[in-house]
Amino acid sequence: MEITITVNGEARTADVEPRMLLTHVIREELGLTGTHIGCDTTSCGACTVLVDGEPVKSCTMFGVQADGHEVTTVEGLAAADGLHPIQAAFQEEHGLQCGFCTPGMMLVGAALLERNPDPSDDDVRWAISGNICRCTGYMNIVKAIQAAAKATAGAEPTAATA
Amino acid sequence: MSAHETEIRGVGHSVKRKEDARFIRGKGTYIDDIHLPGMLHMAILRSPFAHAKINGVDTSRAAAVPGVIAVVTGELMAQHNLAWMPTLSGDTEAVLATDKVRFQGQEVAAVVATDPYIARDALELIDVDYDALGVVISPQQAMASDAPLIRDEKEGQTDNHIYHWESGDKDATDAAFASADTIVSLDTFYPRSHPSPLETCGCIADVDGATGQATIYMTTQAPHLIRTVFALVAGLPEENIRVISPDLGGGFGNKVPVYPGYVVATAASLLLGHPVKWIEDRSENLISTGFARDFHMHGEMALKSDGTMLGLRTSLLADEGAFHADAQPSKFKVGLFHIVTGSYALPAAHVEADGYYTNKAPGGVAYRCSFRVTEASYLIERLVQNAAYELGLDPADLRKKNFVPQDAFPYESATGFVYDSGDYHGAMDKALEMIGYDELRKEQDAKRAEGKLWGIGLASFTEVVGAGPHKDYDIIGVKMNDGAELRVHPTGKAILKISSKTQGQGHETTFAQIVAEELGIQPEDVKVQHGDTDNTPYGLGTYASRSTPTVGAATAMVSRRILEKARKIAAHLLEVSEEDVEFERPTFSVKGAPDKAVTIQDVAFAAYTNFPDGMEAGLEGSYYYDPPNLTFPFGTYAVAVEVDPDTGVWHVTRMVAVDDCGVRINPMIVEGQIHGGLTEGYGIAAMEQITFDEAGNCIGSNFVDYLLPTAVETPRFELGETVTPSPHHPIGAKGVGESATVGSPAAYVNAVIDALWPLGVRNIDMPLTSAKVWEAIEAAKAGASA
Repeated sequence: MEITITVNGEARTADVEPRMLLTHVIREELGLTGTHIGCDTTSCGACTVLVDGEPVKSCTMFGVQADGHEVTTVEGLAAADGLHPIQAAFQEEHGLQCGFCTPGMMLVGAALLERNPDPSDDDVRWAISGNICRCTGYMNIVKAIQAAAKATAGAEPTAATA
Repeated sequence: MSAHETEIRGVGHSVKRKEDARFIRGKGTYIDDIHLPGMLHMAILRSPFAHAKINGVDTSRAAAVPGVIAVVTGELMAQHNLAWMPTLSGDTEAVLATDKVRFQGQEVAAVVATDPYIARDALELIDVDYDALGVVISPQQAMASDAPLIRDEKEGQTDNHIYHWESGDKDATDAAFASADTIVSLDTFYPRSHPSPLETCGCIADVDGATGQATIYMTTQAPHLIRTVFALVAGLPEENIRVISPDLGGGFGNKVPVYPGYVVATAASLLLGHPVKWIEDRSENLISTGFARDFHMHGEMALKSDGTMLGLRTSLLADEGAFHADAQPSKFKVGLFHIVTGSYALPAAHVEADGYYTNKAPGGVAYRCSFRVTEASYLIERLVQNAAYELGLDPADLRKKNFVPQDAFPYESATGFVYDSGDYHGAMDKALEMIGYDELRKEQDAKRAEGKLWGIGLASFTEVVGAGPHKDYDIIGVKMNDGAELRVHPTGKAILKISSKTQGQGHETTFAQIVAEELGIQPEDVKVQHGDTDNTPYGLGTYASRSTPTVGAATAMVSRRILEKARKIAAHLLEVSEEDVEFERPTFSVKGAPDKAVTIQDVAFAAYTNFPDGMEAGLEGSYYYDPPNLTFPFGTYAVAVEVDPDTGVWHVTRMVAVDDCGVRINPMIVEGQIHGGLTEGYGIAAMEQITFDEAGNCIGSNFVDYLLPTAVETPRFELGETVTPSPHHPIGAKGVGESATVGSPAAYVNAVIDALWPLGVRNIDMPLTSAKVWEAIEAAKAGASA
């Protein structure tokens, strides 16, 4: 069946089987391979995307369920003029190694900062607890998300006066 | 600013990673991101039984599904002499089962279809007629006289025994034990775990029928070794095989072996004339690919009453699964387990080990560990703590009393290793200071008085990595030497091609820094290429913490080789003799006339535009490094835990890790590696285990049953360092990727055992789940009141 999803701000139409998982729609039909698949059982979070701003594990949602909704993937995280603060912070704080969990981690982190602009260590750890990283031991992921929070807070007054 | 004043970001600089630019944008290229024109999709049918005879495989219903192109069976593979393949340990392994299945999850047939959903649909329509057979799920069962024979197809194989192996001096060890005041022993099982990189394994085989060219994109940590194995297995000319290992979503040893899926996909591509993609799902990864450990250990230590260690002996049972497929140096049957004397001046030691076939998945000893070093480190560090308590000594003091002293290096261990360098007291002192050991012990006494269960655990590990010298180290006969090729372009930028394969370790950054260190070309100007056998020098790949000790050394040495030529060109440009040229990165100058100078960039341009008569053009070279010795990273980890006596839940309150991996090339990356290893070590100690029921069903076939640490449970780590360079490595580095997985499990477990010691608890086998800890507490209480 034909579905239309607003992906990273752009309306995208695809003709998919009703059983096709959202993650496969994104990867195979729309060609956005930054969304990864790690476990098939909603356990690891590598496939996390934002649906209407909320983190969703796209391996546990059918593509047809996203019809008419807004989806943000890692490819839509950066503004046209540069990196999202969370992307810059992940690089600066060495918040990634193999990079496979990174898109999901950054999207969860970005969603956290939307609702909590100054998260504590525990806040961050609970927010990313549905996302597994095998490389970093989470230490620098937590640092990166907190650094992004600081960078965002520091940037806001400038943006407000602009 | 002149070149002189620009700091070269070589060794010791926390250069931000070059690879991150693509990963943070979602622009990495992992195996499943690759699409080739005309590509078909393969899915594998796996055995539901752990041991069963196959009477027949009926593929007719599956083959009739629209979109199915082919169904591949063991019989078809056998027609091409591909039903069996060699393993990295010199055994054979079924590619697709023909006679019987030997573990649950074994590959039985494969469907190739136009779409991955269709391929999976069709799997369910393959009818396999099985007769279930008796099942063996442990070495103890395997050695029983009436045990079912698993490898009945092997000529001369009459039981399930694979090998017996010994190391050390048995007579000297027996004599040491005869003279001991105290003998401390420990029986412990290091459970089967799984490396579980977040990306599973997979490949795309693209065989061109017209040219015979086989391009195989594959999740492999060892592309060159795999290409050689493929040439041997398939009889394909090696020059026509190109293995490309794209970005890897982690490896941790899981991506070293050759898996049947790779071979079947390649055969399917050859037969069908289309590229064939095969991507495992997570369950397939957990039940069928390279597991780790599964090692039953008995250890005994002989001591004098004052705590002087006299001898160590261990006997071991290895559960190898249905095929002996360890990826390890061929000379050593339980890897480098004989590093078991650890950090201690043990005058005598003896190791004996036996390996057995069982009805479990093959492919052992992987998981962020250099060939069973983590099992060895765990056993000695657990024994040392138990010995201390048996003798009424503090475990830190017992360790310090017996450490190999700093002035004894190079030190030859009782099992024949020559430790390159070490300062064990230095690392221990630093760890104790960081955690505030003396204060913590006082606090523990106070908490114990209140009835609380507080524990402090130490581990002072010595690791052995960097295999290795060609005399002793090979895999299937191929010497464990690795190469680097470096070409400096006319504009002074460079490309470095290496035989290692990064899986997140940051080789694209670290190895560029080594070139920067040697030649003064900034790391951002050095492109590092890896993972493509057509475009990199030969080598055995990345595992066992060997990349920095071998490929890092090759990179330094090829840089030095190029520097020799660069000096000649500089002399030509400066119109002086070579002896009068000084090099201070990145500048060559005339001795006594520092203003007369050219940079490495000037020299590079001249190498193509203005070189002396009689000299070859260009500025490039290659180097194959044969390590003169292994390297021996070490450190002390200190853990404090609190155990809830009512639930068995334990919580890490402090975790201090002092690592000495020699010279640190990129401190930021080194610390990241340690964080990761400490977390995987925690997972192994606390929650990770692949178990089997009596029928051989794999329990732990998904991330709901096979638990991995999340950010919430993972301890907060405090890192410290000492630096004792390796004397034989060109830049003094030792390798660090696995130290923390090797050293930390014993520290976590020692802390919990320390908490429970007063109750009488002497051992809990990993993983220390809250249920097992609670049971141990209850059993100890019941024993005390009985």
